[in-house]
Amino acid sequence: MNKKQRMFFRMVAASLVRRRSRMIVALLAIVVGATILSGLGMIYYDVPRQMSAQFRSYGANIILTPDNENGIEENTLKAAVAAFDKEQLQGYTPYRYENSKIHNMPVTLAATDFQSVLKTSPYWHITGSLPAAEGEALIGAKTAESLGLSLGDTAAAVNSFTVTDTTDISGIPDYEIVTDPETGEQYCDHELELKITGILETGGSEEDYIYIHSADMNSLLLRERGYDVVEVSVAAMQKELKGYTEAISRQVKGVSAKLVKRVTASESTVLTKLESLVLIVTLVVLALTMICVATTMTAVIAERRKEIGLRKALGALNSSIVAEFLSEGLVLGGVGGILGSVLGYYFADIVSMNVFSSGITLRPLLIPITILASVLVTGAACLIPIRSAVDVDPALVLKGE
Amino acid sequence: MSLLELKNVSKIYGELHALDQANLTVEKGEWIAIMGPSGSGKSTMMNIISCMDRPTSGQVIFDGKDITKESRRKLTEFHRDKIGLVFQQFHLINYLTAVENVMVAQYYHSMPDEKEALEALERVGLKERARHLPSQLSGGEQQRVCIARALINSPELILADEPTGNLDEANENIVLDIFRQLHKEGTSLVVVTHDPEVGEVAQRIVRLDHGKIVSDRKNEHFTE
Repeated sequence: MNKKQRMFFRMVAASLVRRRSRMIVALLAIVVGATILSGLGMIYYDVPRQMSAQFRSYGANIILTPDNENGIEENTLKAAVAAFDKEQLQGYTPYRYENSKIHNMPVTLAATDFQSVLKTSPYWHITGSLPAAEGEALIGAKTAESLGLSLGDTAAAVNSFTVTDTTDISGIPDYEIVTDPETGEQYCDHELELKITGILETGGSEEDYIYIHSADMNSLLLRERGYDVVEVSVAAMQKELKGYTEAISRQVKGVSAKLVKRVTASESTVLTKLESLVLIVTLVVLALTMICVATTMTAVIAERRKEIGLRKALGALNSSIVAEFLSEGLVLGGVGGILGSVLGYYFADIVSMNVFSSGITLRPLLIPITILASVLVTGAACLIPIRSAVDVDPALVLKGE
Repeated sequence: MSLLELKNVSKIYGELHALDQANLTVEKGEWIAIMGPSGSGKSTMMNIISCMDRPTSGQVIFDGKDITKESRRKLTEFHRDKIGLVFQQFHLINYLTAVENVMVAQYYHSMPDEKEALEALERVGLKERARHLPSQLSGGEQQRVCIARALINSPELILADEPTGNLDEANENIVLDIFRQLHKEGTSLVVVTHDPEVGEVAQRIVRLDHGKIVSDRKNEHFTE
């Protein structure tokens, strides 16, 4: 670095350091701008992730169904579930539906895993509690009403077997074979005593079922079978979800995966609108910030009109003055950008915690983007007033006119 | 060859003839005082001599070269290389130290050299105050920094506009002593002033009134 370059940096540094109070005002405007830019940028990029997680409260967004009558076997289910990203997979719940009778009225029993059911159906409103032990049941509100059952009641679910030479009814304790006097066919009823621990209200078809443990279902029917449907909840955008369904249908035999379109399409629509809204807000705030920075820099430069006149009187060319003042602006823009990136992260984190109740994900790429934007905006904001300021007539300025 | 010649120079602002057919010659090593009341055209003449303004008509010849029609950029370069300016208001950059203020003039002229800048300050008796900011200096000290800045590039002409206008008597004497010293060393000086005491120490006194040169005489009382 030669003496001229050293003097250049000495003047720029002196202006920044010794005119501290003025520079702090300018820096503050830039930091506020960079903080808002960085913060809103992080929120904009994090909204899909945050909202996908929020949307999971609307229930499963992928349904797995079997390709055959045997249902989805446990191994097949594991293979299908392995296709999802663990970070995105919120939960999955299998269901096996069978017909039965209670109080001689036909009912549909649904065997499920009660430990995972609220992960895929968090909107379920349960009076009482989920069944914890075998022999306990969760009954849909409509079914409970039609059967006249209340919380704490017990009821026997009955499955009638037609006794043939091949039927193994030895698993039924104290079984009694009844012969139909008209047809001569022999029947054997198998009962399963169920205690109602919870009543389910959803406003939907879930209220038509009685939910029991898989072990109770096997016991009542004297046989095991795969699942009829598996509900999967995945925190991902529609495009990604579609990728998962295609991959599972292609790679895992015996399973078809489908999107729950009413959920995924609604999510996609809301998310697109929300992203657009955040983007518009970001752009508006960015424009306002640019105006604010430009106004501040204009004021800062305007009060140095006399200094510009003096420099011209000392023989400075316009290009030299533009270079010096612009350098000061770029340094301020850089420092403001760095501070704004850090503060923007905390700003976005606070917003995210308050709105989504979870922290923001740091996007490292936004840091250089914020710094670059801050430098460019400040540079542009400086350039306009500097270019008009260098046109001053030094003779008039130095005379105080 | 004269250092500077103004030939029939006029500067007209609308109806106002700020300078009217002025003719002036400044020889090398000469010390001239331009005097006159407010509005007499002193500042206009100074701006034209310093190349910070152009005449409406007439010719400005500096060191044998007609600079009247030069471009603004050329005039800036010419002014930077040939003329040192001393202002009534000092016009120091307030966030630069005394030595840095002197170095700014070097920076725009050629190559800054802190040693030379310190020597220039020593010449005006301010070496000890070189690291002080203008706000830490008295008016007289600030004016001496201004003179050191004007001298640093060894100009052919020092042009001073009311150099003692803001100074007390003691500091006025210090500044005039510096001018005497510069004159002795062969520097040409044009001092614009309305103060008779400052005017009377010059070698030659030019009086302006309503834009016209009304007298141009040698100072019989001038002493080296």
